[in-house]
Amino acid sequence: MIKNIVNLGDAAIYCDFGSDVNQEINSKVIKYFKILKDKNLKGVTNLSPSYNKLIITFDLNETNYDYLKQEILNMSFNIKNKHIGQKINIPMCCDEEFSIDIQRIEKKFQKSKNEIINLFLNKNYFCYMTGFIAGMPFLGDLDKKIQLDRLETPRVKVPKGSIGITEQFCNIYTYESPGGWNIIGKTPLNIFDPKNKKKPNLISPGDQITFYEIKKNEFTKFYDK
Amino acid sequence: MNLQNFMTNDYFKVIRGGLNSTFQDNGRENLYHIGLPFSGAMDRRNFLIANKLINNDKNDAVIEFALQGPQLKYFGESRNIVITGNVNFKILKNNKTQNNGECYKTIEIDDGDTIDIVSTNKSVYGYFSINGGFKLDKVWNSYSTTTRAKVGPNNGDKLKDGQEILLNNPNHSPFRKLNILNSKIEFIRVIKGTNFDYFSKQSTKDFFSKNYEVTKLTDRMGMRLNGSRLNNIKDTNIKSEGLVKGTIQVPADGQPIILLSDHGTIGGYPKIGMTISADYDKLVQIPPGSKIKFKEIELKDAENLYKLYDMETNNILNKVL
Repeated sequence: MIKNIVNLGDAAIYCDFGSDVNQEINSKVIKYFKILKDKNLKGVTNLSPSYNKLIITFDLNETNYDYLKQEILNMSFNIKNKHIGQKINIPMCCDEEFSIDIQRIEKKFQKSKNEIINLFLNKNYFCYMTGFIAGMPFLGDLDKKIQLDRLETPRVKVPKGSIGITEQFCNIYTYESPGGWNIIGKTPLNIFDPKNKKKPNLISPGDQITFYEIKKNEFTKFYDK
Repeated sequence: MNLQNFMTNDYFKVIRGGLNSTFQDNGRENLYHIGLPFSGAMDRRNFLIANKLINNDKNDAVIEFALQGPQLKYFGESRNIVITGNVNFKILKNNKTQNNGECYKTIEIDDGDTIDIVSTNKSVYGYFSINGGFKLDKVWNSYSTTTRAKVGPNNGDKLKDGQEILLNNPNHSPFRKLNILNSKIEFIRVIKGTNFDYFSKQSTKDFFSKNYEVTKLTDRMGMRLNGSRLNNIKDTNIKSEGLVKGTIQVPADGQPIILLSDHGTIGGYPKIGMTISADYDKLVQIPPGSKIKFKEIELKDAENLYKLYDMETNNILNKVL
């Protein structure tokens, strides 16, 4: 199932599942990630699943590349039962104030704001991975009609909760952070809550995400709760 | 009165927070997959020595500071502190005399004393430990701070001017002193990265032969370098994938960035190389403006060098009685 295993420096293993980005390959990555997480192999300090790679970081005092690689190769990964994630519905406000890049996208695709937002809302998204900044979900795939490149010059500050699109993906900024994605709206939900020790991230790899639109007055109500 | 149950009210008042002063320990494991880096003390060896000299547990929290450290005024009963690294600091006694501080040595401070950590010297990071330790809560089983995600003690923040730092009851802390020289490193040793072949022959040759300058855009997240441009002949982007500390990635502008302890967990720039674990503590101590050179080595050598480095660290720690 893993196409290639190599070392990434002296304290990590790089498992390559292929070069394409699709849900089939990513589901395999997530499956391996979950099995390895449960196995809790000696010396393993971190697991990083992404679209089509899995990186395993380890403590050189406890194990090493050759030993751990062999352990992984000897393990059985019952890949058949497909991982089923949670279904989560995310509120999103597309008020002018929040959809800061919409005018540029309207111009680029010669479509109205409504058309663009509807194309966005009419899809189910799959969470490929979380990361970059804590809890940030990488969701896909966007409708081909609204796929576009990153901003040429990234913003220094993207507000927390912003929903951005780029290429075939969509993400949600869990903190105010620099970023180059095209922002079309904002969610009032707290997508990453460090105070929730058991499950700080609302969205995990493998989850199925949909968005629904809320008005500005409903948006502000979320904060009152 | 039962001394065991007596909770101390000893504390520090932060007069000046300094440039980037945070609580750190050995780092936080198993959270890469939700986007949290390892964090922890940048220079692990000096962190371990700070705790050992003060007679605290090996993974107790210390204050790590960068370049300019904090200025702290102490209120409480006399107790010991230790500062490790290559650090200029002063102790201003309550009776107004001023003493220059000495690193790697227990120093007794009294009520009303001020510790002024002026600067690190030809290095970046220093460590401050106190007898009994700081009164903090662990977050995900760690005292490490990741300021970008606001995760860790002190609400995940740097030390701020005017805040207070509460302390635990003091433990037994005998006088201890260590003679140690923080040796400089000539080369940063590197294992080829997974995208090494994305770069032109000339560029990979330059990478292992030319000087690269450590720029001011360097912090706990990463070290930005400036030098011979590394030409990517394949693709300046890869599909975003996991990152680990020590990764040397090269964005489209051809200037390498070494990812350090607070790095973003996912990224899409090609990885030309990986700095070896044995050189990490020394790498992070190289101040902006310095020049570094990379040297290629094989995995087996890197593993052996790490064993040696770890043995050397343990030898230093064992010298402390």
